[in-house]
Amino acid sequence: MLAWLSGVALVAGAFFFIAGTLGLLRFPDVYSRLHAVTKADTLGLGLVVLGLCLRAPSWRAGLLMLLVWLLVMASSTTACQLLARYQRERDQLAEEDDNASP
Amino acid sequence: MPAPELLLDLTLGALLLILAVAALHGQRLYTGIISFIAFGLLLALVWARFGAPDLALAEAVIGAGLTGVLLLSALGRSDSDSEPAPIRAPARMLAALLLGVLVLILLLRAVLPLAQGPQPLPALVASQLEASGVSHPVTAVLLNFRAWDTLLELLVLLLAVLGVRQLRPSGQPQPGVWPLLQAWSRVLAPLSVLTAGYLLWRGSHAPGGAFQAGALLAAGVVMLRLAGLLPELRWAYWPLRALVLIGLALFLSIAAAGAWLGDGWLSYPPGWSGPLILLIEVAATLSIAASLSLLVVGERKELER
Repeated sequence: MLAWLSGVALVAGAFFFIAGTLGLLRFPDVYSRLHAVTKADTLGLGLVVLGLCLRAPSWRAGLLMLLVWLLVMASSTTACQLLARYQRERDQLAEEDDNASP
Repeated sequence: MPAPELLLDLTLGALLLILAVAALHGQRLYTGIISFIAFGLLLALVWARFGAPDLALAEAVIGAGLTGVLLLSALGRSDSDSEPAPIRAPARMLAALLLGVLVLILLLRAVLPLAQGPQPLPALVASQLEASGVSHPVTAVLLNFRAWDTLLELLVLLLAVLGVRQLRPSGQPQPGVWPLLQAWSRVLAPLSVLTAGYLLWRGSHAPGGAFQAGALLAAGVVMLRLAGLLPELRWAYWPLRALVLIGLALFLSIAAAGAWLGDGWLSYPPGWSGPLILLIEVAATLSIAASLSLLVVGERKELER
């Protein structure tokens, strides 16, 4: 039963990773790409960690994986904001240039 | 069932080659640097697959992390618009090819004997491990049997800091600080101190050690500095200079004391090697952390007196 649950979670996690990668490759601009990658990775990694926790040999290993997930989630949030802010600054600069020289 | 693992290894190998080509021949310098960082992370995975966690840690922290940050900050300081077109003169290509073949021959000579079964060196290290003062063979080699090499590595790092100071890097525009980055740095910085301390302490009996710990500490310092939470690291501030020097100074004085009073250059007195190695590692960690932080975030006004 546990093995089945964990299998389902792992496959679902892999699906989200693949969907996120497709989004990264196919979406038109930086913001939607970031959206695809961060959402999919957070959920995908969460599901993979859940699946592995169900198979973990001890509580300790499961707890460690959960901590890793939390750390990755928080840092990917920050990195996403960093990239989005950088892109917005560049967009604003480009707009100003356009306005200055029509 | 070896098939999935073989698939993983083949994928890793192919990705490494692709990323290496992308890092060398990318259209833009920025793409090259990002490929190089990804290359380092994958290389760390490969080392871990080979069962060499020490190398994997060092590659991930220093090869991918710090070198990547150094390259990025160098790119930020240079004019990114004026990227020179790569020169492809035939003579240069020929020289590169010749050099590549020579290096390949050297590497093959080092790697091929591994295929012919166990080598004498690991057994030699294992037989002397008792006397080294630590129980992890890699640390025993780095800080006891081949301590000379580690001493010179610290010297190289010091020379790098001094060289950068001589070159007087121009200041780079600091990105604006914003609350999320600051909050996250406040969470990550204690974690980096904790992890660095753990790696340093673990180094005596398991993978880990001064270089990895120092690089992690430096990562924490750099992040705090970029988030605007630390004051400028001023070269004029004497404790900073002391931190940069202390690793090499302590190592040299222990080596000299051994040569003068004990059995010889870099041979620790029997029974004392464990505590001495730990002392050297702590000092080296602090020095490495200070030097690497200065290399990354050292501004002109910070490096001048």
